[in-house]
Amino acid sequence: MTGLNHAPSETQRLPFDLARIRRDFPILKREVAPGVPLIYLDNAATSQKPVQVIAELTRYYRDHNANIHRGVHTLSVESTELYEAARAKVARFINAPRTEEVIFTRNTTESINLVAHAWARKFLAAGDEVVISEIEHHSNIVPWQMLRDERGIVLRYIPMLPDGTLDLEVARKIIGPRTKLLAITAMSNALGSIVPLEVLVPLAKAHGATVLVDGAQSVPHMPVDVQALDIDFLAFSSHKMLGPTGIGILWGKMALLEAMDPFMGGGDMILTVSMDRSTWADVPAKFEAGTPNVADAIAFGAAIDYLDALGMDAVRAHEREVTDYALRRLSDVPGVSIFGPMDADLRGGVISFELEDVHPHDIGQVLDTYGIAIRTGHHCAQPVMSALNVPATARASFYIYNTTEEVEQLASALQAVSKFFGGGR
Amino acid sequence: MSDAGLMEDLYREIILDHYRQPRNRHAVDSPTCSADGSNPLCGDQVTVSVVVDGDRITDIGFAGNGCSISQASSSMMTQYVRGRTVAEARAGVGAFQQMMTTGEVAGLEGFDDIDALVGVAKFPARVKCASLAWKTLEQALNEGGAATPVTTDERSA
Ligand SMILES: Cc1ncc(COP(=O)(O)O)c(C=O)c1O
Repeated sequence: MTGLNHAPSETQRLPFDLARIRRDFPILKREVAPGVPLIYLDNAATSQKPVQVIAELTRYYRDHNANIHRGVHTLSVESTELYEAARAKVARFINAPRTEEVIFTRNTTESINLVAHAWARKFLAAGDEVVISEIEHHSNIVPWQMLRDERGIVLRYIPMLPDGTLDLEVARKIIGPRTKLLAITAMSNALGSIVPLEVLVPLAKAHGATVLVDGAQSVPHMPVDVQALDIDFLAFSSHKMLGPTGIGILWGKMALLEAMDPFMGGGDMILTVSMDRSTWADVPAKFEAGTPNVADAIAFGAAIDYLDALGMDAVRAHEREVTDYALRRLSDVPGVSIFGPMDADLRGGVISFELEDVHPHDIGQVLDTYGIAIRTGHHCAQPVMSALNVPATARASFYIYNTTEEVEQLASALQAVSKFFGGGR
Repeated sequence: MSDAGLMEDLYREIILDHYRQPRNRHAVDSPTCSADGSNPLCGDQVTVSVVVDGDRITDIGFAGNGCSISQASSSMMTQYVRGRTVAEARAGVGAFQQMMTTGEVAGLEGFDDIDALVGVAKFPARVKCASLAWKTLEQALNEGGAATPVTTDERSA
């Protein structure tokens, strides 16, 4: 169809050209105060968006906007095709066997809750065990606690070791015949620790358990292949990987998705409705009740094209380099201590740290005057904070557009912060 | 907010002084009442313990940890309240909250350190840090502590 071929379906690999990449992100040119350029180091919270994604969003509203799956007119057909094309891009990106296994949600949190409601409530009974870990984001803790309180399932935690990695010895003891679900993050958003799924997934599979991976921090930053990982569900968010807010993904194996009941009832998810009963539409429509977030799904497709063109191996390699540099450089700043593994091979581009005698909140406030955006607080991972025995940390997190010069500026600004609050208690 | 002048507004020397050398940061003997305050989102925690004799606060101390603003505010609050009547302490809570909403100095009688916190009003994200100690004091005086800590952070749940 003419007019729809602006998004290349087969993308070409581009060299990892940092200067060119930075030019694609208009926000990186802005100053947060006169003469103070932005240094954006809060990518674990959300990423910035390239012009290609912003343009796709406006192009959709300008040229194609219509409701999907229900019109015979040109705009509705085009919108439906673009929406479904975005689904296919997501499927290819994570190597899903079938495009229909990709369900559009709002975010990672909704994807995990969908599994808790539509799968776990149907298939788990009192006494069944769900294994999670101590380094989960609240969104992969709270839904399971709610299910525990409602259904009497047993919730077990794989503990964290002092270096921020998981205790695999204990994991081997916890994962057993009563384990029905392993719901685990692939990378900690609070510490950056990469979870060895290649060890944990086979343990769960050996006992016939289902495996849900929280990929909110892994899918944006490294190659993820659901078939190679041998997992059953994968949840992630568009906004952390160059795409718009308001779009998330749940991928699940077709057999599981088919066996599940719908999550919400309404339009678009039914086959037939009479006054006393309804039958469900096929997957994925069964899980996409109501008018979906069409525009953001399509723009998310553009974000995936962008990452695809770079190649996720190159993305990971770049972030590994920046992280490795930052681990060494920040360790040299007097008073800084870094949490989590010190080996850049064991962590993604996330560095949580503390600065002696300065509360993270004050660090963040002073860094802001240098244009440096970091996150401070508990990072929605309060169990990690308890395990580290700190109320909060400061966290710098990197993406494709960050440079070692920016790390250098962070390091010198931290030195200034230290001096500013100097001789603290 | 990134203006250097605003930074000096926020972190005045007197605030840093209270942060580095907090007053009344100690436990009190046999408190009449106490309360806990907590802003989990940023990790500020404070416990305020008060000894009331008749209608006068004869001793007050605080414990906890948090950012410079929350710690300095706790220190100033205790310094202001110690030796005053319960009614004066309550009036202080009101005057402080007023300062945070209007951005005008509280002008509390006999204690102008507190006016240094007026700059906080320009940083909406930090008002909750400055207010925590005062809210916690109010809670202690009202009912001598509740089952859940007081919070000034609406999003902390
Ligand atoms: C590991 C992890 N899981 C889940 C989430 C929740 O993502 P969202 O807020 O997009 O639902 C996040 C985001 O902070 C995360 O880092």
